[in-house]
Order: sequence, then structure tokens, then C-alpha cells
Amino acid sequence: MSEHDCGCSKNPYLPEVATVLEVITESPTIKSFRVRFDNEEAWNSFTFQPGQVGQLSVFGVGESTFVINTPPSCKDYIQFSVMRAGEVTTAIHKLQPGDKVGVRAPLGNYFPYEQWKGKNIVFVGGGIGMAPIRTIMLHVMEHASEYGRLSLLYGARSPEDMAYKADLPGWLESDVLHTTLTIDREAPNWPHRVGMIPNVLKELAPSPDNTIAVLCGPPIMIKFTLAAFREMGFKDENIITTLERRMKCGIGICGRCNLGGKYVCLDGPVFSQAQLNELPPEM
Amino acid sequence: MSSLLFATPKELTGWLAGLASGHRVLAPRQEGPSVVFRPRTAEELASADIDALLRRATASPKQAMLPQCETLVTFKSVKDAEDPSKLTTTLEAPIEAEPTVLFGGRPCDARGFVVLDRPYLEGKFKDPYYGARREATTIVTQACPSAFYSCFCNWVGGTPSDREGSDILFTAVEGGFVLEVVTEKGQALVEGAGFADASDKAAEVEAAHAAAAASLNPAPELSHVMEKVASRFTDTAFWDKETVKCLSCGACTYLCPTCQCFTITDEGSQLDGRRLRSWDSCMTPLFTMETSGHNPRPSKADRMRNRVSHKFSFYPERYNGFFSCVGCGRCVVSCPVSLDIRHMVQAAVEGATIEIKDEAPAKAPAAVAEAPEAKVREAAPEVKVPAEAAAPEPAVEAAPAEPAEAAAPAAAEKAAPAPKAQKSAPKTAPKSSTRSKAKKR
Repeated sequence: MSEHDCGCSKNPYLPEVATVLEVITESPTIKSFRVRFDNEEAWNSFTFQPGQVGQLSVFGVGESTFVINTPPSCKDYIQFSVMRAGEVTTAIHKLQPGDKVGVRAPLGNYFPYEQWKGKNIVFVGGGIGMAPIRTIMLHVMEHASEYGRLSLLYGARSPEDMAYKADLPGWLESDVLHTTLTIDREAPNWPHRVGMIPNVLKELAPSPDNTIAVLCGPPIMIKFTLAAFREMGFKDENIITTLERRMKCGIGICGRCNLGGKYVCLDGPVFSQAQLNELPPEM
Repeated sequence: MSSLLFATPKELTGWLAGLASGHRVLAPRQEGPSVVFRPRTAEELASADIDALLRRATASPKQAMLPQCETLVTFKSVKDAEDPSKLTTTLEAPIEAEPTVLFGGRPCDARGFVVLDRPYLEGKFKDPYYGARREATTIVTQACPSAFYSCFCNWVGGTPSDREGSDILFTAVEGGFVLEVVTEKGQALVEGAGFADASDKAAEVEAAHAAAAASLNPAPELSHVMEKVASRFTDTAFWDKETVKCLSCGACTYLCPTCQCFTITDEGSQLDGRRLRSWDSCMTPLFTMETSGHNPRPSKADRMRNRVSHKFSFYPERYNGFFSCVGCGRCVVSCPVSLDIRHMVQAAVEGATIEIKDEAPAKAPAAVAEAPEAKVREAAPEVKVPAEAAAPEPAVEAAPAEPAEAAAPAAAEKAAPAPKAQKSAPKTAPKSSTRSKAKKR
């Protein structure tokens, strides 16, 4: 992909010390953390591309990999959304504004948005999978005139599981984005769709012509949404997704996240379905 | 290109003892049933029995560059005197690299570092800890006097006297050793050592190398191993069968000179703690276990498939056809249930049913295309015997092709270990240039 200054010549294991500026409770299990490097020089020279990830750490506990879900235009902070699941994420959930964390970023590849100019884009996010969608979607929305029709289908189990509640009204009212929200089962006072993402997608029936599909979410959602896109005539090279694996180094050395000869941390996390078809089936 | 020097056993140990002031000298040491590379003192080295110093190490010297456990980052936080809720956190990265001489490893051990260099130093990100030690280390390698039963360097492009990765290669001859200086780093190490010139012993050295090569078991026909091993990925019955005995103990990975995997963990607290890197093993179920409980490699067959495929398919795919195996045979010797990677690779290749599209047999002589990079050495005709015995077809075809394609002396050298053909088999010409680049390091 394109060249940029990623600070590759630095010690890739040495994090930047960053301060938590704000903690947003998104859902019962998801919190978003807005952080900024303490070192002004490092912060001012920091750049990334939408889709790239970072290793966020609580010193003394450990590191975990999360996508940076703010768009690159946001210069005040970077945001990570973290679902509480294990040791590190539990420690992260205890963080308060003012606390110190470590950040190694940017790592990995990014969404190939340069190749999407002039095309329609259908974003589909399921649950915490909305995090990687958020960064690329916000980036593309900022440059909406360069793309065709932009639409979002965002689904969660229930209204309370839906993250980015602060963003939703803006997305629903946006002139450049056609937003559809859905939840799995009926809930009181829910004015939007009810139904599984693949089914709602089929009802929306986006045309595959000149259109890119970007989908992120849990494996089961990916499986059926992928099938739905294929059924609607989307070609595998136009279906883009992100992968998750257990990671440690984040730089393609520690040997954990390989899928065949590719490392998800280095060659991913963004892959087209056509690329995934070429890799060994080890999901 | 290289100079030959002669040292008696006493001169050699005396030289090492001298190097021990100013260097960390790592040399094999017998410890119970194991022979491991340990830092040795000048006194130990001065009085060392040379035979004891030259034992075949049961553990690889990987830890010369990659300690089993090392500190990547230390962190300290200080509370603000006015507002104790405010912390100032300071990080430090202790990159240590004392001048080191790694003495007495075998050519496979030295090549192991070339294999590790690719992920650690030649990618988008460089590992500064490994890099600093690599830079500070001079590798003095012992040409193998003869093959051990588990040796198979000839399957994966090596020879018992391979210079790749070594700064000095020494060979036992009548009355002592001939040291061949391979790199400038090696030259610096023998500067002022007072060793006699040994250009007159070149023939004796060659004969020793040839005898060692001839003592190896012939390598099987393994062309297109990369594609063929990859083609067995979905053959779960095959991997289940091959892995039935495996205990998932990971001994194979810890003893391996090319296994690169590690984990990163924190210890201490935010106020005073450190981030550690430790060797890890892809043979354990936790290696890829995700927090959700999902594991992409839940069974030992999945993990063995990954290990074997990484060495013979994924790594070659990523790095121009080079294997992540140097054929040292430690995994074969030390496996508690006698699993043998040679058997697994051979079975995977032989049972492969994929069609190799590009004319397979004609591909074998592709080794010849690489010949120009082979470090020049006079031909040793008798070495060809095992080669031809091993793979009659490619060897025979290779022979006439050589002079046409490559500088004759180099080609003759190259032809000796037939399985070098494996090295290039997966790919054709373009790889040559990459290989020469790699060799220059």
C-alpha cells in the first residue's frame, strides 16, 4: 500500500505513553477510550490510515490489539473501543480519565479506499465489528463527494448493545449516508428495523453494480452476510472484511496470527474475500 | 576471497581464552545429558579439552541472539506530590549487546540465524534487540566431521561445511584446525592471533568436507515441497495420523534453531514493572487461544500442520522459497515420542496429489541458476556420489546444464549436495538475486 511515515525505524516494542482523556460507556460490555500521547512531538508526527490497529496496554497487565476507530482527520485524540472479555480488557475497563496507558500504533494494513473512488459503498457492522467500520466510514463521509452512494447497516443484539449511541442521530440524519439500524429481537420503543443483519441486508437489496461491500462483525454474522452479498451478485474482490486473531508482537514476528503465509497483524487485518479465498481455511 | 589459517588445538583454545577478555565467549558445555552453549571464562577455555569444546550441542545456539526470556521495556510511574492521582510514567528499553563470540556451532546452527534474520531484521519492522546481538556476535563455526543419524541439512539446502551465516568456518585436519575467514567480522577476530598461513592445506580441508558430505544419508526427491505441503492443508486425516503420538510438549520448537515464536507478558505493576519477551511454542493449545474461547488451532494435528507447513510452505512462500529448517535434527533426536519431521515432510510430499503446472522435472536443474552465488570452492568430485544416489534424475539432468548456465567451478560445488535443488525447486530464476542478497548479509 502507499508509503507513509509509520515510524518503522523506531523500536517497535516501545509504546508511547498516553493519557486517557475520556471514557465513554457504549454498552454494558463496551467502552470507548480516547487517548493522546504524552510526548507532544510523537503526537504531532503521528499519522495512520483508516483500518490500522494499535496495541493498547495497561502497564503491568499487558497489551491487546484494537482498531483505531477515529478517522485520521481527528487530531485531538485516537479512540479505541474495547469489549470487556479477558484480563487486559478488564484492566482497560477500569481506566479513568487521567490514567496512563501504552500505545503502539499504527500497525497493520488499512482499507484500500483509494481504489473505491467513484464507487458506492455499503458498510455492514455487527456488534463490536462496528469499530473498524466507524473509522473508514467517517473518513469516507468526510470525502463523500469523491464516492458514490454511501450506506450503513448496523446491527446489534439489542438497543442497549448498540455502541456509538452519540453518533447514531447524526448518521441517521446525514445527507451523505443512508443508515439502517437493526436489532435481533423486538424491543420496546425501538423505531428501527428488527431482524438479523443478513436478512435485513437482503431486504435492502443493494445493487452490486460499481459497489464495494465492507463488513465487520462476529464470525457467524460474517458467514451469513457474506453469503447474502454473494447471492446478490457481489464479487469476492469487492467484499472487504477485517480479521481478528490472538496477537502479541503486532509486527509479524512472534508467529501467532498467521493464516498460511500471511500475518493478520502485518498483512491484515483488512482483506478482500478474494484474498481470503487464497489462504488456508484456518479460521 | 577467503584466507586459510592453521591453529593447533592449544593455539585455538589459547585464542579463545584471549577473546574471553573483551567478549562473551559462548561454547558448548556438557551439562548432564545435554550439551548447551554457555558463556565460558578465559580460564575454562585455556584449559579446555578441545574435544569437549567441539561436542555437538543438543540445544541450538538460538539464545545467543534471542534469550529465552528478556526485558523489552521497563516502566516506572511516580505519583505527583500535589495530586497523588496523577502519575508520570517513564519507559525504558534496555537493548543490550555485549561483544560475543559464538564458538563451536555447526553450519546448520549458523544458517539458523540467516533464517531468523528474515522475520527479525528484513521486514517492515526491525527487531532492535535481536539486531543488536546479531551485530555484536561473531560466529565461529565448526565444519561437521561427519553426519549424525538425525542430520538432514542436505534436504534443506545446507552442507556439513556450509559457510552461510558463519564469520569463520574451521575444519579439523591432521594436527589441528584450518580456519577459513568468511567475513570481515571474522577477519577482525583473527587479527593478531598469530595463526600460521594454511593455504597449502586447502586440499586436505576439501577432502574433509567431502568426506562429511558423503557421510550424510541421501536426501529424497523433494521438488515442489512448498506447494505439495500446502496442498495437504485440508487433508485432516493425514495430519491426525502423523500427530497421533504427539504430546504437545514443544521440545521440538524450543530446541529448534529456526523457531521464531515468542510471547510478551507484563510483570510487576504500573508503578514498577517490566514487559518481557519469552520463547513460546506453536505446539501448545494456548498459543492461539482467543479470549472468547475460540481457537483457530484447537487440536494437536492443527498445530503440527502449522509447524510443518510454516517451515516447508508458509515461510518459503513469504521468503523466496527458503525453508525455515536447517536440518539440524534436534527435533528428531529429542522428541519424547520419536516423531520425525523428515518423515512427515516426505509423507506429505509423496502423498500430494496436486498437479504442478510448470514442467516439474525440468525444474530440478533450477538449482543451477543459483550456482553463481555459491561460495566458490574447488570441486570435490566424490561428493557427487550421494547426490546422484539421492536424486538420480535431477542430478543427471543438472550436470549438463551447469556449464551453460553458470560459472563452472561454482556449479561444480553446487552440484555436490543434490538437495540444493530443493532450495530452488519451488521457484525459478528470480529467486537467485534474492538469495545472493541474503547471502551477502
